[in-house]
Formats: sequence, structure tokens, C-alpha cells
Amino acid sequence: MRLLTHNMLASNARGASTGYPLKLQVVKWTTKEAEPNADFLRGMLPKLDWAALVAATHSLGLPGLLPESPPTDAELSADGAADDEGSALRRLHRALLEIHIEEGTLVCPDTERCFPISKGVPNMLLHEDEVRN
Amino acid sequence: MKLKKLEGLLGDLQQFTRPKVELEQYATGPHIASRMLYTAENSFDDITGKVVADFGCGCGTLAVASSLLDAEHVVGIDIDPQSLELAQENAADLELDIDLIQCDIKNLNLRGLLVDTVVMNPPFGTSRKGADMEFISMGLKVASRAVYSLHKTSTREHIKKAALRNYNAISAEVLCELRYNLPKTYKFHKQKEVDIAVDFWRFVPRARDER
Ligand SMILES: C[S@@+](CC[C@H](N)C(=O)[O-])C[C@H]1O[C@@H](n2cnc3c(N)ncnc32)[C@H](O)[C@@H]1O
Repeated sequence: MRLLTHNMLASNARGASTGYPLKLQVVKWTTKEAEPNADFLRGMLPKLDWAALVAATHSLGLPGLLPESPPTDAELSADGAADDEGSALRRLHRALLEIHIEEGTLVCPDTERCFPISKGVPNMLLHEDEVRN
Repeated sequence: MKLKKLEGLLGDLQQFTRPKVELEQYATGPHIASRMLYTAENSFDDITGKVVADFGCGCGTLAVASSLLDAEHVVGIDIDPQSLELAQENAADLELDIDLIQCDIKNLNLRGLLVDTVVMNPPFGTSRKGADMEFISMGLKVASRAVYSLHKTSTREHIKKAALRNYNAISAEVLCELRYNLPKTYKFHKQKEVDIAVDFWRFVPRARDER
């Protein structure tokens, strides 16, 4: 699971209000290079929950990867192209699409219900009596 | 990528080894899957560079097809762990990055805004009544551009009404009618396989701020 997926996923456990963002506890993660797509990243920027994304990078032990507040579109573009090593676009790409969480846990922020991540796949299954109505 | 090439690559995917009948597990055939995704991209621009979710991804055929057509991010969701393992192997064999989530579609809680397009070949609701409707309802909650799906032609009117009235679709259109080859376990027939009439649908969700 990558952080773009983490940015959209929420808990549906009984008692949760929004169930979002899921706290991330990481045991193992890897990186795998992928081709950056500048247009995609720019289009994604306003749709992201930036605070959730930054928190996720912190839980990976990568506090410097992203700035605390979201870059503006102009800042993103001015800082260099998506394939320039170290540019803001490149780092956003890395955070969203190159980091793979392999083992760990997602924790519902409202109920503390844990969802294990095993071999890269989070298990969000709930028993019928645990589901939010 | 050419249609023939796409169909050929999908034809090489591993399929369910021990399909679970109660979950209606049968792979979407390469012929149908390639045409679904090809239409979604070439007629509607809904795949390349987009975020695509495959509901009930099974062995991952539609997710893999989306990724081969250069969807920027693909998420496959299924309730069944063995299916997800297969999907993972299929993606890895083609060196594609696909994220997978184990979840019951009716309990999915996915922040909609980020997903452009949902593609799916959900259960037809033969084993568990209403399963097909749960998939359409959730698809229309999650997608911001379009939902592509397959349903039995016999349910056409019912689906159209429900999508427009209850599930926030602003349009529900049958793009074509096709023959779907079902393994015989799914129908009480003597033949080994049986063809049923299936509709290929495109649903467009109402804009988020108008819901
Ligand atoms: C017709 S198959 C789809 C096949 C898939 N497109 C492929 O090519 O392998 C239906 C899939 O939906 C999954 N499924 C059934 N009920 C589900 C549910 N409630 N939530 C999530 N997935 C479900 C099954 O495990 C199965 O993989």
C-alpha cells in the first residue's frame, strides 16, 4: 500500500466519526522507483489531505520529505521538474507513489480498532457487529 | 497499447484456482475486460493518468488492464485474501504497481474525491441477492468521473432506476450488450459452460457539491 492509498482510506468501525486519517504504524517499508507525472501531481495537490500525508511520512521516519504546509502550484513548478532529484514535485511523487508499506498496522483514530497490513495489503474487514451503522 | 496486445496480456493472467461460488468468483475474460477498459479510455478519457479502483478485483484483470493503459494509480479491492494474492502475483508478473485492499465493498470507507474511475465486474447477485446493487451504490459514492460495470441484461430496468433515483447517478447508460461465459457452477445447467446476456454500463455520478 502506498501513501496515496493511505490518503483516501478510512475506518468504518462502529463508533468512528470520520475514521480518518488512519494512524500508521510501520514495521517494514520499501521504495520502488516509478515514473513521475507532473500533471498528475499538480492535479492531485488540491485533493490531498496534506496533514494526513505529512503525518504518514513522519510515521515512516521521514520528517523532512514534505513541508508542513502544502506547496502552492507555483511553488511546486518553480522548484524544478518532476524528475529533478530533490525538487518539490519529485518529493511529492516519492511520498505518494514510491513508498510501499509492506508490514504494519492502520489504527482507527476514533476507536483504536487495528487493521493489520500484511504483505503490502491492509485488511479492513470488520465483523458484522463491528460495522458503523 | 493496441487492443489485441492488451487482450493478449490479459489472456496470460492466472485465474482463480479454487473459485468460491458464494462470492461469485470467475475471472472477467480477456476479450470483455480489454474492451471495457479500451472503451473507458478511448471514448471517455477515464483511465490514462487517472486514479482507478477495481471493486471485487478477484485475480486483478480489470486492475491490471487499467495499469497497462497507464492509469496513474490503481487500487484493487476484494473481500477474499486468496484473490488478492493472485492479483498481486499477476501484477508482479507484468511489473505493475497496484495497491490492494482487503475489504467488503459494502463496508468500504474511501474518501471519494481522490478516485476518478471505478471499474468492476461485481457479483451478479446470483449467490447473494443485492450484492450487485451494493457495488453500484458504493461505486457511485467513490468515483468522481465514472463507474464502469457489468450486469445481467435481465436486471437492466431495475438497475437504471436504482442508479438514477437512489445512488446519485446523473446518467446510467448501457454501452453494449454482450455474451458472458459463466462456468456451470453458477447455473443449474447440464452444459459445462453457459452464455448469459450481460450489459456493459457506464454510470456518471452527480458532482460532489450537488449531492
Ligand atoms: C465476478 S468476480 C470479479 C472478477 C475479476 N474482475 C477478475 O477478473 O478476476 C467477483 C469478485 O468480487 C469479489 N466479491 C464478492 N463479494 C464481495 C464483497 N462483498 N466485497 C468485496 N469483494 C467481493 C469476489 O471475491 C470476486 O473476486
